[in-house]
Amino acid sequence: MFQLISNLRQLNLERSLIYFGFLGIFLFFAVVLHDDGFLTTRNLTNIVLQTAPITVMAIGLVFVLSAGEIDLSFGSTVAVSALTAAVAMQNSTMIVGVLVGLGAGIAIGAFNGVLVAYFRLPSFLVTLATMGLFAGIARSFTNLRSIPVINDSFTGFFGSGKLFMVPSLVIWTIVAVFIGHIIYRNTRFGAHVLAVGDNARAAQVSGIKVPRIKFAVLVLCGGMAGLAGLLYAGRLQAAKYTLGETDLMTVIAAVIVGGTALYGGKGTVIGALFGSLLMGMLNNGLILMGLAVSDQMIVRGIIILVAVSVSLRGSRY
Amino acid sequence: MTTSEPALMLRNIHKTFGGLVAIQDFSLDLFPGSVVALVGDNGAGKSTLVKIISGVHRPTSGEIRLDGKTVKFTDASSARSLGIEVVYQDLALADEQPVYMNLFLGRELTKKPFGLLDKEGMRRASQALVDDLNVRIPSAASTIRDLSGGQRQGIAIARATHWARKLVLLDEPTAALGVAETARVEDLVRSLRKRDLAILIISHSLDQVFRLADRVCVLRRGEQVGIRETRHTDQNEIISMITGVR
Repeated sequence: MFQLISNLRQLNLERSLIYFGFLGIFLFFAVVLHDDGFLTTRNLTNIVLQTAPITVMAIGLVFVLSAGEIDLSFGSTVAVSALTAAVAMQNSTMIVGVLVGLGAGIAIGAFNGVLVAYFRLPSFLVTLATMGLFAGIARSFTNLRSIPVINDSFTGFFGSGKLFMVPSLVIWTIVAVFIGHIIYRNTRFGAHVLAVGDNARAAQVSGIKVPRIKFAVLVLCGGMAGLAGLLYAGRLQAAKYTLGETDLMTVIAAVIVGGTALYGGKGTVIGALFGSLLMGMLNNGLILMGLAVSDQMIVRGIIILVAVSVSLRGSRY
Repeated sequence: MTTSEPALMLRNIHKTFGGLVAIQDFSLDLFPGSVVALVGDNGAGKSTLVKIISGVHRPTSGEIRLDGKTVKFTDASSARSLGIEVVYQDLALADEQPVYMNLFLGRELTKKPFGLLDKEGMRRASQALVDDLNVRIPSAASTIRDLSGGQRQGIAIARATHWARKLVLLDEPTAALGVAETARVEDLVRSLRKRDLAILIISHSLDQVFRLADRVCVLRRGEQVGIRETRHTDQNEIISMITGVR
């Protein structure tokens, strides 16, 4: 009972903004695009399926931002992970492909993590550099070629498959959000991530190993980008260097709009899910409205700008 | 003044940084239930001494004894695990987190079987602690950012009290506070005495030193000028000891 009351008290405007925004834009599209099939089950399911990799990356980024760091390289990580997994599966099993893809993501995260946590370089510069570095590696790895993924169990598991009528990408989204939320809110690791991003000195004098936490969140973010790469490869049944290329802004916007502070100490995994769905819905709605690609970019940019400034208003940043 | 054994003994502590002497030949006994004030001008060596007692710096020579046993601190957490807690000048609180997470920062409670955080347990223990110490805050679930300076100071002291078994070290606890808030924090420090903790307080306010402390230890340029019982001295003597002007 007490918990319920304290939960209600925490439900202030700032935190619930994302849900009102989500609902508002949903209703807008539902009315305006009613005749264009926005509300059909097929279209709504499609939004969720297309959003799955975005949500997975957003969860990783929530941890990184909450620890007071940033990762700009996850988009390139997605391409490297998808490509290495696809190449590995050309003459091997799905298990090997998954391990190679996830391993590539984790390795890139660890590379970022060592430079940030132990060499004490600013994460903004490190991941700005590795973003370019790994985008280049993804391009040269296959000479810009697209690699088909013909492993049926892989494409089922990470793409078109279903379990009890539920698409696998929906299951991945639910599982990732659930586990991410529990780790973020209910484990010592999650508490330490927040403490490090909130006040690193306080965390350090309280016995928290600050570099270890910073390393861990970047590894986690790399791993989640690796998983996102597998989800792209599974759904598209192919891997290409362009995968994840344009996701950087979308994911950052989803996380910030969802209610995570840009400079650490505060955040939410559930909010990031709704932020991601909001971005997916925008994408979908603007296409259905028949806007040209250039106009879509302009409108999306303006909406993200408004959403981010509204969600940052009132917080200390 | 108690007659018990000292909780912490410092014996002939020297500390040099390169060729620079920061502390020379410092000795002090801290007794449970008694308050000692450490005073001195800027650069007298107070912060160096705080860092030695809290385990951040190691003395170049000299001995630290806890309950009569010689101890060597390797870092801040080893001093903490031996029962020494520090209330830092900047309080070391995580502003966006609730009070109870700050009280258990780095030492969070978990529950079986999954090892998840026991938030309810921490909240209840924190509420009991702040009620017991009469720190007036809306609730143990309040966010630190929403509290006043005096309330934050109260939380930082409550945290040290909760975990300390031997000594609480307070670094300028009221430097940033108003008159009423200072009085509340001083009441809180007095209540720590009853918990049989040894208290070392660093303060620039001699009025405060005479209100709170049983003894005053004066440092000047790294040298220990002397220790006086507050009952048997006055501010003029302490000021002349601090400045070296007679």
